[in-house]
Amino acid sequence: MLQDAPAFGHFRDVHQSFARAGQAPLVAIERISFDLVAGQLATLLGPSGCGKTTFLKIVAGLMAASGGTVQINGRDVTEPHPDFGIVFQQANLMPWRTVLNNVLFPMEILGRRDAAAVARAGELLALVGLAGFEQSYPSQLSGGMQQRVALCRALIHRPKLLLMDEPFGALDELTRMEMQDLLLDIRAKTGATVMFVTHSIGEAVYISDTVVVFSKRPAVVADLIPVALAYPRSAEMRYAAEFTELQHRAGRALGITR
Amino acid sequence: MTLRDLRTALYPLLGVAVMLALWQLYVSAFGINRIVLPGPVDITRAAIANWAILMRETWPTFLESVLGFALAVVIGIPVAVCVASSRVLNLTLYPILIATQSVPKVAVAPIILVWFGLGLQSKLVIAFLVAFFPIVVDTATGMRATPIGLLELARSLRASSLQIFMKVQFPAALPSIFAGAKVAVTLAVIGAVIGEFVGSLNGLGNLLLTANSQLDSPLAWAALIWLSVLGIVLFAAVVAVERLVMPWSEIGHH
Repeated sequence: MLQDAPAFGHFRDVHQSFARAGQAPLVAIERISFDLVAGQLATLLGPSGCGKTTFLKIVAGLMAASGGTVQINGRDVTEPHPDFGIVFQQANLMPWRTVLNNVLFPMEILGRRDAAAVARAGELLALVGLAGFEQSYPSQLSGGMQQRVALCRALIHRPKLLLMDEPFGALDELTRMEMQDLLLDIRAKTGATVMFVTHSIGEAVYISDTVVVFSKRPAVVADLIPVALAYPRSAEMRYAAEFTELQHRAGRALGITR
Repeated sequence: MTLRDLRTALYPLLGVAVMLALWQLYVSAFGINRIVLPGPVDITRAAIANWAILMRETWPTFLESVLGFALAVVIGIPVAVCVASSRVLNLTLYPILIATQSVPKVAVAPIILVWFGLGLQSKLVIAFLVAFFPIVVDTATGMRATPIGLLELARSLRASSLQIFMKVQFPAALPSIFAGAKVAVTLAVIGAVIGEFVGSLNGLGNLLLTANSQLDSPLAWAALIWLSVLGIVLFAAVVAVERLVMPWSEIGHH
């Protein structure tokens, strides 16, 4: 990882275990240490159930770690922060709100719903290709469209850190590739730092500046892979030798390939 | 109106018409005594002849049911919210609620009459008692079934408990609340009639009892059918409110 860039997120010896009645505690995360560079996109790549989502929730302040240091912007994370935006695996839209009102939900909670916020929601929706759907209800949208709305909702309050938990996992392959390009496009426009959880090697390599490979549970960092491919990235890159080599390296770290 | 809509409207009516025809046929063909089982024609005649009485007696029953139901909504929803949001209140109140529910309302009705008299109040209270439980149970279930993801989203924005309740939990529980209300409103009519049976001066239940004791079966049947119509109308009114409050539920899903 680049040493000269400022560390936006600082994670040292993060440990997480859960008490279980009548059994030894379940150790979800053994020890995770890495730095998240400002403006970069880091993916957490690992097998299902390895503790990636748990780690993301710790960073989000939704869950307290059992041990270690979790700092964002030089401050210990002890509770959720309005500077964070979160996109979950499911779109988690409210069926009773229109698309526009779903996007504006964070602004209502933060007490900042005004004309400027409404205008920004419209701009974001246009950015993700949903102009004209402001007054639709979520049930009228496809899964991919719903996830785009969720992305707008996560961005409406201009978060410095975007946390994404397998957001494209439930989408079909083609929609997924579209969403990856859309995410990179939005990142370029907003400059947000992104932490992205996935279990797809191809997805991790395609979108990341850095791939943090998690071992299986209890998780440690199996490899930290800098991705030196230039942005903007294009579908052709997926077939380049360099891309394949990076996928191999990730596969080796996961213990899939040799 | 498309052909499909027409069919949707036509088939239920056709079903009722066939049933009425068979009923009338049976009564006429076998010469059944109208005191034992009046046919649809006799019942219709009785209803037309006693139209003014039927209308006059509908009003008290309507009021008892609607007010009892309204009281169940106004008290039941806050109780459910308390039960769903506090473990202590849940442990304290839930057993009492279930115990109250398992007491047969018909058995309590005479006591209620002693307390509240022969007028409107006693029927209102019985209708309330019958309608209360489904509203509490369904509202509490809906409150507890708020998707975790929505709660985490609200927490990640540091929403206050009040904000979480008003903007997430309550709207998420609305479909369950209306499911409970639809059951409750038909039960409220039954509650009102139970009250009228046990002791009353007016109402459709009172009319039914009186007609029955005078062996005026066609009028008793007319009152019975009119009671069902009242139940259906109140049910439809709740559905109409539901559509008004939850326009999103009407929209087709992909």
